[in-house]
Amino acid sequence: MVDLKHSTAIVGIHEHVTRYAPDKSELQIQGESVIKALEDAGLTKKDVDGLLTASSSARNTGLNLADYLDMYPSFVDNTTVGGGSFEFHLAHALNAIVAGRLNCAVITYSSTARSGSVSVGTGGVARFGHPRLEPSPDSFEELYGLTTVGLYAMIAQRHMHLYGTTSEQLAEVAVAMRHHASMNPEALFRNPITVEDVVNSRVISSPLHLPDCCVITDGGGAVVVASAEVARNCRHQPVWVLGAGEAVAHQGAGKRDLMYIAAAQSHKPAFEMAGVTHKDIDMAMIYDSFTITVLETLEDLGFCRKGEGGDFVSGGRLKIGGELPINTDGGGLSSNHPGMRGIFLLLEATRQLRHQFEGTPRQVADCNIALCHGTGGALGSRHSGGTVILGRD
Amino acid sequence: MPDWNKPLPSISGETRPYWDSCRRGQLLIQKCDSCGEYQFYPRGICANCWSNDIQWITSSGKGTVWTFTVTYQNGTPGFAEDVPYVLALVELEEGVRMFTNIVECDPRSVTIGMPVEVTFVQATNQISVPYFKPAG
Repeated sequence: MVDLKHSTAIVGIHEHVTRYAPDKSELQIQGESVIKALEDAGLTKKDVDGLLTASSSARNTGLNLADYLDMYPSFVDNTTVGGGSFEFHLAHALNAIVAGRLNCAVITYSSTARSGSVSVGTGGVARFGHPRLEPSPDSFEELYGLTTVGLYAMIAQRHMHLYGTTSEQLAEVAVAMRHHASMNPEALFRNPITVEDVVNSRVISSPLHLPDCCVITDGGGAVVVASAEVARNCRHQPVWVLGAGEAVAHQGAGKRDLMYIAAAQSHKPAFEMAGVTHKDIDMAMIYDSFTITVLETLEDLGFCRKGEGGDFVSGGRLKIGGELPINTDGGGLSSNHPGMRGIFLLLEATRQLRHQFEGTPRQVADCNIALCHGTGGALGSRHSGGTVILGRD
Repeated sequence: MPDWNKPLPSISGETRPYWDSCRRGQLLIQKCDSCGEYQFYPRGICANCWSNDIQWITSSGKGTVWTFTVTYQNGTPGFAEDVPYVLALVELEEGVRMFTNIVECDPRSVTIGMPVEVTFVQATNQISVPYFKPAG
């Protein structure tokens, strides 16, 4: 019987520090990230037999990336389910390693959303770069001026209606993320903010204010994932993939309760496989496209009951030193969000599990188990959720 | 008829009856004869039981606001000049929800649970778009 929990490890990481790279192509950012992540692992191009990537621009597929880097992988995964694609990739790499089809893969992503002036959240249908609506579902949705932020704002509005959640509580998420960003020299925004700053700022799509929305940056990164056998010879101690789960959630023919998100489904197999409970999680990386995303995700992952997210995120619980530190790099709300952010969840969780910040305020104390949950798409229409639980020996 | 500068729907075989009916001022939804479930958006199979026994039903056109947002920023031509506008999910009396805009009212007056009814705006000779307004 294969020991699933010690079958697959993250052995190398690299985050491209750029937040603005007008002179670089997406492929170049990815290529540089892959090279550095392999250096970090102590591996070389020859060791890699798998390539996993996703792109919001749809042209930088695994095929083009393999060409750019002159690689000939025997395992390729282009699963593209929005910002959380990379949590899916990690789970799929585990599957392939356990099946004996893969020894060592790179998962990579990049985007030049900022230098390309992509209005990720407010571009409306133009965010897809083409005004033609598909018969379904676009023609029943985009016709009405959907925006990404609007599709999250609608969930926030109903959360407030049902549970009394307040703008101040949502703001607590943005404040905690900015606090963490203040410790990250690479973060886009590092000046501390207050709840008042958030609720007194411009409304983008009610009830969400500007600081309730993630930043738009360029950037990229890479993760090297390997079998236990390969991991033994790498430079860092392995960060094991203890558990994984994936799910999609959608309109359900116009009848599904949209207040429950994909995380409600995806976290169960992840916890089951890992054999851990919520109390064992030392820190979490929760996709923070918007403040409401964090609140809903924490509820549906089971860290608190439905409707109690507003209280849960308040009072400093999410800050380092609090009960459940999340997004210790500053998250998408303050550090970076180049179109898709899922890969950065894996990068920061790995840094924390390596105790890379030991001796500094950014390190989560005694960090042994971390959870990452990536959300892709939009809570108000359809989205994906990938949960992975990582741990160190 | 003013120039329509918003995106227009594309029509396929499975959605044509819906758009034909909108042109006549009626909102159609679908009901499955096999399992009895309603569904929206329209499609060629029953999303619930996967049968083909789909019937078109004329909706009462009445419902309530399930949730909404007042949009203050959208870069798409046709919507950029409309802000602030209300993007909403309306739950029809028959129990299915659809995206729409709440029109003919102050955007700041919209609330969850507010009764609304369908109204159609002619976009082209072929297309009329269903919106919702406060129930009269």
